[in-house]
Amino acid sequence: MKNKGLTKVDLIFDSIDIMKVMKKAFEMTSDEIIEQILASGLKGRGGAGFPTGLKWKYTAAEKDPEKYIVCNADEGEPGTFKDREILDRVASKVYAGMAIAGKAMGASKGFIYLRGEYRFLLPQLFIELHKFHKLINEIGYDFSIEYRMGSGAYICGEESALFESIEGFRGEPRNKPPYPTVSGLFSKPTSINNVETLVTAVMIIEKGPQEYVKLGTKDSRGSKVFSISGDTPIPGIFELELGMTVQEFVNEFGDGDTKAVQVGGASGFCVPRKKFGETIIGFEGVPTGGSMKLFNSSRSMYNVLHNYLDFFAEESCGQCTPCRVGCQQLLKGIEKVKKGDSKSTYLNELVKLADTMKVASKCGLGQSVGNAFKSIVENFREEIIY
Amino acid sequence: MVTLKINEHEIKVAKGTTILDAAKTLSINIPTLCNHQDLCVAGNCRVCVVEQKGARTLVAACAMPVAEGMEILTNSLKVRNARKHIVELLLSEHRADCTKCYKNQKCELQTLANEYSFGEHIFLDLVEDHSYIIDRSSPSFLKDDSKCIRCQRCVRTCAQLQHVSAIAVANKGSHMKISSFHDRPMSHVVCTNCGQCVNRCPTGALTEKTYIDQVWDAIYDPDKHVVVQTAPAVRVALGEDLGFDPGERVTGKMVTALRQLGFDSVLDTDFTADLTIIEEGTELLTRLKKILVEGDNSLALPMFTSCSPGWIKFIEHKYPNMLPNLSTCKSPQQMFGALAKTFYAEKRKIDPSKIVSVSIMPCTAKKYEADRPEMRSSGYKDIDFVLTTRELAVMIKQAGINFMALEDDHYDSIMGTSTGAGVIFGATGGVMEAALRTAYEIVTGRPVPFKNLNIMPVRGMEGVKEATIKIEGTTEEWRFLEGAELKVAIAHGLVNANKIAKAVSTGKASYHFIEIMACPGGCLGGGGQPIPTNAAIRQKRMEAIYSEDMHMDLRKSHENPEIRAIYEEFLEKPNGHKSHKLLHTHYIKRESY
Repeated sequence: MKNKGLTKVDLIFDSIDIMKVMKKAFEMTSDEIIEQILASGLKGRGGAGFPTGLKWKYTAAEKDPEKYIVCNADEGEPGTFKDREILDRVASKVYAGMAIAGKAMGASKGFIYLRGEYRFLLPQLFIELHKFHKLINEIGYDFSIEYRMGSGAYICGEESALFESIEGFRGEPRNKPPYPTVSGLFSKPTSINNVETLVTAVMIIEKGPQEYVKLGTKDSRGSKVFSISGDTPIPGIFELELGMTVQEFVNEFGDGDTKAVQVGGASGFCVPRKKFGETIIGFEGVPTGGSMKLFNSSRSMYNVLHNYLDFFAEESCGQCTPCRVGCQQLLKGIEKVKKGDSKSTYLNELVKLADTMKVASKCGLGQSVGNAFKSIVENFREEIIY
Repeated sequence: MVTLKINEHEIKVAKGTTILDAAKTLSINIPTLCNHQDLCVAGNCRVCVVEQKGARTLVAACAMPVAEGMEILTNSLKVRNARKHIVELLLSEHRADCTKCYKNQKCELQTLANEYSFGEHIFLDLVEDHSYIIDRSSPSFLKDDSKCIRCQRCVRTCAQLQHVSAIAVANKGSHMKISSFHDRPMSHVVCTNCGQCVNRCPTGALTEKTYIDQVWDAIYDPDKHVVVQTAPAVRVALGEDLGFDPGERVTGKMVTALRQLGFDSVLDTDFTADLTIIEEGTELLTRLKKILVEGDNSLALPMFTSCSPGWIKFIEHKYPNMLPNLSTCKSPQQMFGALAKTFYAEKRKIDPSKIVSVSIMPCTAKKYEADRPEMRSSGYKDIDFVLTTRELAVMIKQAGINFMALEDDHYDSIMGTSTGAGVIFGATGGVMEAALRTAYEIVTGRPVPFKNLNIMPVRGMEGVKEATIKIEGTTEEWRFLEGAELKVAIAHGLVNANKIAKAVSTGKASYHFIEIMACPGGCLGGGGQPIPTNAAIRQKRMEAIYSEDMHMDLRKSHENPEIRAIYEEFLEKPNGHKSHKLLHTHYIKRESY
């Protein structure tokens, strides 16, 4: 398949007339907004990649007069820091996105769940929010937003654990179904969207879906903000068109000695050098919520994996068996193999365990631990053992 | 209705049914662990995962509702592999010293291990990574986190059934554990010792504190005279641990077994249940008279029953302002204890210091109650050891008694005679019914106006029950009650008790008399009863209790000849001086954290 190459884009941080785009959206019907988002092919930018238009459509279809739009700003994936930048620079576009989503699904109340470590952003965010509320008042539209703070738990970025946290309970994922679109925050129909998704939606309304679909590929429309870190001379935030290969990415951001790229953070996939050329960054290849970590040959992939597993063993909520105990077993297991206390073939048992965690864990956290584990063990087996 | 296929069998079930329940209708067993019929769905142990064709992941059968056209496989290779892993993972964080464990052969994890895990363990032992200390601080139960598999049944029980939340989940990831407020010992938090968590724990993480060995020692001590009393609810549940189906009345066999175990005197808590009715009924009528006729404002209405030690601790912690509303009567267990080392000792001419008083209770809070410093009015510890129904079953097994084949026998006399009113103490509404049977007759001179004395409005498993009894045709002494409507309420399970207590404390309820039992279903659903206990089993035990009542010759407490005798020979009169010394108590305000 022919790929698109690497193209820098400036949509998310582009300054636009918020008043104008909101008025444009409010003149549309709910169905028209949803149609435009569906036509754009936008998939959630938090990592899971659920079609945003469908999420809004399902929430809109619920009869309950009380609904919520929740902005997930609990950016906790290791190596991801793009939502912080977006909130810092274009908070008004996030608010506008929530208002437009609210209009689309019939919600007049929004919550932003902000990562605890981002508390320092609040004073400026409140100033922006005050302006936004004034603006929406002027338009004469009934919609308001409140902030809720996280307290540092990674699991609270999982949508249903996030609801539990807002409701004042321990942040533990719920059983699904029911899905949030049917019963979410306070058991009301809820659409929960990532910060970047909401801003992208604003840009789709502004430019029209026909313009937006020109960017990206069939499975991965548009552009995406990447958080680039690790062994790179130019770490930071970059908005890139989707559809490039890892090779093209490394050509731009690598230090000439890149041996692996971890795409999608601790819960994502490790792509080794030999697969750079064939791997597309996007839903047809390796999806990402934005985290791109480059590793050069000075790095031990054992240490990388150990670090991720340590993180998961700590950040699992602990409620379900596969995740709570599985993470500890994977961590302790590679330690034993490294020390020579367990045979190297024990890694095969651990890979099987990772497969079980993928299918039997209650939520996305436990289900995705196997991604990093398997892709690192399969590609760097000798580094884990010796 | 929804049509789906489970293991290729097509079935139709109601919308909203879980896969687990749908499979049951086909007699397909899906193993579960965190699931409990009394509790909300958790879906966290993942033992019940099944394969849904077309789904990306396996699904938890306990939490997943059926959907049209769904195809489920409960025993595919994918399912078996995952389940084996899950059981192995649970075993890796569980201290499996099974042969030493109190729950050996009664452990749900062990049962699963039998099925899914044999040969060498796949995974590494994680128990050694933690420094576990067994919490022995509660007089009622032990909490051993090294055996905890984090299913959260106990947490849900404490919150959902009991509105106490003495235990909750703390920390996350590998440090996640079931803990108390600020990790304090269980004796120093708001815990009612009800044992509902113990009854639902699938492993040996929560077990009653056993006194089996101490009781054997007493039995074999030639210097000791060991008396045993059996609570009303034990006789309708003990059989479950010894081969019978739920609902079997085993009163006579139990008496025989206790005698064979070597107890010197086998007596009945039902006797002091009858005594409680006389004391508490008199107390209620006295309060009504003093408040309504004499305008005495120092007394409080409504009056709450005080038989349930879990409820007592609950109100002491949560509603200390309402302690004056509690009846001052001790529970039947403690009345029995006080009398065993006074009245009984006198009659049998035994030195009370040589008496060891043992009680068999459906309850773990009774162990705590017996330890209360107030419970020494005989001059000794009134009750020396409290055993649960389960512990008695263990002793019977230890003694090699073939329980199912035993002949029936009768209780010994002096404190062994009882009425149907005493028996029904074991069911929610029973104390109320027993009290009404007596109080109504005291006030009117006639039996309660219900067919066969069965006061149906106060019976049943509804969480909160209310009834109004109109008093007509009173005798001269009780003329002030003529035409009055006695309003009563009954709650079982502390979550329901809390509803009533809240309504009373905020002035939203106007009752005269309220019966509260800490456990769902009353004592028959107590924390010390056989495991499992669930709604269907509670129902069976309740039917057995009322059937026991119907089979008694005497069914009103005041007609118990031994009760009449004890007042003539020893106590003099209800609520009299001696009664107050031996049969009544006081309560303490406790902290609410």
